[in-house]
Amino acid sequence: MIPDLGKYAVAVVSAYGVTIALILVLIGVSLRQSIRTRQALREVENARMSKEVTPDTKKETELHG
Amino acid sequence: MSLWEYANPRRFMALSGAVLPWVSVGAIAALVIGLGWGFFLTPDDFRQGSTVKIIYIHVPSAMVAINAWLMMLVTSLVWLIRRHHVSALAAKAAAPIGATMTLIALITGAIWGQPMWGTWWAWDPRLTSFLILFLFYLGYMALWAAIDNPDTAAELTSVLCIVGSVFAILSRYALVFWNQGLHQGASLSMDAEENVADVFYWPLLVSIAGFVGLFVMLVLIRTRTEVRSRRLKALLQRERMA
Repeated sequence: MIPDLGKYAVAVVSAYGVTIALILVLIGVSLRQSIRTRQALREVENARMSKEVTPDTKKETELHG
Repeated sequence: MSLWEYANPRRFMALSGAVLPWVSVGAIAALVIGLGWGFFLTPDDFRQGSTVKIIYIHVPSAMVAINAWLMMLVTSLVWLIRRHHVSALAAKAAAPIGATMTLIALITGAIWGQPMWGTWWAWDPRLTSFLILFLFYLGYMALWAAIDNPDTAAELTSVLCIVGSVFAILSRYALVFWNQGLHQGASLSMDAEENVADVFYWPLLVSIAGFVGLFVMLVLIRTRTEVRSRRLKALLQRERMA
């Protein structure tokens, strides 16, 4: 499966290894930040929405489904 | 419809949300095909042996490293001239990607250089300008992190970006300007005579497409995060003031 890289095998494999590792870290960090920020924003927006719903409108919503 | 309408965060989020899945699939497919083709299916070079396979990661990462800074330059100028927040946030989002690509180019260049030139590093014009470009990336990110006011940070980092563009251009044309050093000339050119052999050329093109796609994908993800983060800070500040 792996091609015969001869005497340069360590150089080629380590170059690919470092590249793939750095790219995976970059993707992982970007996705983690994205998920955390989206969750935090959703929580704040939900809290804000529930504050904005006054007791009267809440009652109305319950009545009308 | 004007291009500037996408500077509106709401429109940007809608468009980028629709485009992102397609860009991601295309980028990852091109990356896997390009790197797989280059690593498994191409022959050794008659002089460089199997180290020629490093070209499929070194050249695309170096291209993205330079062009990421140029993209940051354009978006920084848009911020300075037209005051669109999304453009400043896109420049901020691109910096860690550009820095990582510069680091990959430097590391893979050193790994390739050791068996071919007999040294990991030389103060060659292209290598040196690339190292300075990497330091500019670090400085740019540090400046964003150091300033609390986002508008002030965007202004100062935009100025830094304009200054750093000199090194982005030098990294690209160092060989032309100085015509010395260990580094070889361009691997790809409009002139077919100067290109690498076809057997290396096509997988290299696919790899470049994969790296460019990866850059676009990550810029979209990170810019969307920055837009959300900005809104989150604004909402929290509004709550504190209420």
